[in-house]
Amino acid sequence: MSTLLTLALILVAVAAGGWVLRFAGQKASGNAPTFRDMPFAVAFGYVFGASLLIFSIWYFFQPTQTDAGVPNAGVVFFRWAVQFFIVSAIAAFLFRALGRTVGTKGSRKLFRQMPLTASFGVLVVILYAFTAVFAAWLAPHGQEEIFTKVNVLPGGNAATGGDPLHPLGTDQIGRDLLSRLIYGAQNTVGIAFVTTCLAFFLGGSLGFLAATLQGWLDQILSRAVDVLMAIPSLIFALLLMTIASAWAGSERWLLTVYMIIIIAVIDSTRVFRLARAVGLNIVVMDYIEAAKLRGEGLGYLIFKEILPNATAPLLAEFGLRFCFVFLTIASLSFLGVGIQPPLADWGTMVRDSAQFINFAAFSPLTAALPLLAAGAIALLTVGVNFVVDWMLHRSSGLKE
Amino acid sequence: MHSVIRIILQRLALGLLTLFVVSVVIFTAVNMLPGDFAQAILGQGATPEAVDAIRKDLGLDQPPVTRYFQWLGGALQGDLGNSFAQANFASFVGADSGVRTTVAQQIAPRFANTMFLAAVTACIAVPVSLVLGILAALFRNSVFDRATNVTTLTSISSPEFFLAYVLILFLAVLNPMLPSLSNIFEGMSFGERLEKTLLPALTLTLVVTAHMMRMTRAAIINLLASPYIEMARLKGLSPMRVIVKHALPNALAPIINVIALNLAYLITGVVVVEVVFVYPGIGQLFVDSVKIRDIPVVQACCLIFAAAYILLNLLADILSILSNPRLRHPK
Repeated sequence: MSTLLTLALILVAVAAGGWVLRFAGQKASGNAPTFRDMPFAVAFGYVFGASLLIFSIWYFFQPTQTDAGVPNAGVVFFRWAVQFFIVSAIAAFLFRALGRTVGTKGSRKLFRQMPLTASFGVLVVILYAFTAVFAAWLAPHGQEEIFTKVNVLPGGNAATGGDPLHPLGTDQIGRDLLSRLIYGAQNTVGIAFVTTCLAFFLGGSLGFLAATLQGWLDQILSRAVDVLMAIPSLIFALLLMTIASAWAGSERWLLTVYMIIIIAVIDSTRVFRLARAVGLNIVVMDYIEAAKLRGEGLGYLIFKEILPNATAPLLAEFGLRFCFVFLTIASLSFLGVGIQPPLADWGTMVRDSAQFINFAAFSPLTAALPLLAAGAIALLTVGVNFVVDWMLHRSSGLKE
Repeated sequence: MHSVIRIILQRLALGLLTLFVVSVVIFTAVNMLPGDFAQAILGQGATPEAVDAIRKDLGLDQPPVTRYFQWLGGALQGDLGNSFAQANFASFVGADSGVRTTVAQQIAPRFANTMFLAAVTACIAVPVSLVLGILAALFRNSVFDRATNVTTLTSISSPEFFLAYVLILFLAVLNPMLPSLSNIFEGMSFGERLEKTLLPALTLTLVVTAHMMRMTRAAIINLLASPYIEMARLKGLSPMRVIVKHALPNALAPIINVIALNLAYLITGVVVVEVVFVYPGIGQLFVDSVKIRDIPVVQACCLIFAAAYILLNLLADILSILSNPRLRHPK
């Protein structure tokens, strides 16, 4: 109750501050238009933003430990968050500046129009792709390598139960967590990428086929897709995974293969819808008519005439689809039915280390482990979404 | 008015048809399991007599079509069969205690819990997202608009469990204000229940608010270029009045649509959140049953989720037709 009361008091104080700001501004500037026409909400916003900024700066410079040596965990986490935010903003800015000076004329122009969020997204995607491809060289140990020391705490400080060999510690059977985090990029992102490609191949080719041939094939495919889309995708995936786990038996790698196929089929329904809609707009064009009259085959029509003209909307969809697939796989792994051990994977890592979060008050570094794996998932989807948002904004040109 | 009722009836019939086909899909999918349930329950060392007994008891000796209609008929009357995990297989060795937990008994209280969670979330999320959306449209392209845009985009794209653990870290561990585990049981007072539900509800709010708020903003901004808004502005109305009185009623159809869609998402999005907070809802039951392959429960949960999803989508459809005269009288 006292928390709510404090919050209410702060809001009242900020509201009063806003009123005072506007009133003082009007008096001091001799009723200048800026202050005369300022709505109360704007004044409130200014005061609120300013007090938030001042509080953040004050909080940032609080000591990270109390006098007794107990860590002040709130401050530690806040500092990490702020440092991460500042570093990523600077990195995105530098990356955009680099893109503006280096490269072809077209790419330089692209970077000139880019907002900071989009350049951050591009940077994140490049970093993840690099980590995924070179995981074997970047990781200090193998993903399945088991060490004798189990449950080593993160930090690498021998005095606090760490080990310099394992900067992020080891898990309950002695596998190096940093290596598993790096290999997670390869497995989680790689599997999601393969799944998305499969979904696009399936949904895209069937969608274009339905658009070109129309008639009964289009009817059958469209109704089938309608039914599949009426079942919520995560629920359907879980149901099918139950059956797949019975099929796979004790062969765990087979379950991963089934998962790829199941998610690809479920997601290809969304791709089918889009590909069919885009395709229907294209098949009425004159050049398709000309190609048909020339006597071109179905394959030529789909891959040489329709596909090149549908690339732009499909590319934006690919980004969004990838996010959905990636999140679905992460959720399935988190629930324990997705990517199977011994493959390192972020969803499973979050589930395994989730209980560490309760130690936040004593050892912030240990509590950061589940957040690190979950954050790795979040960072990639956020990055891809930033890029897609910018692409959609550019192509739609929203009014006002 | 006559045409409206006809359109609604058409949609209802279509929804029922979809639900029927979906139930067929679920049933077929479950029947693709290798072997049959009886074999699966008893394992490899089962005697043929025991397998036959269970097969007869569960009705597995009937052909699939008969079984499907038995299942569907039972489901319509609220009888979803017996759970494997809860089934009393003592009866097959001759010591039947006669007590069995049916799937319906298992699901009913959890379904109520899940609806409670969804309702609490909706009560927080809908007003917040409407207000934020209107404010973002009012102060479009300002610092406030950009900050909300980036924040909502981030919360849409993060996985639910990431948001859940961040909230647990800040609201339960570092500042112990709310409980991080929602152990809800019968006979709890409403206040206590609300307190335990608040953290999962806040997580779900973060997930759905972003989508609804962005849609509200986009729907309003799309209308701002219309001539009648220009007129209202030239009359000298304040920007707030222009948006709330003139733009909002016309933007209502897409907004209602997106709210209903997000409620539909809530019903399914609860799965991960319920697992994180150990909330005794239907989502957690579903995941647990998936892990132990308790087929009747999985089947029933799947059907309930699909029905809720289809119903809410239907509702969105009908509401958007009702709120938009142009859709009510199609040319």
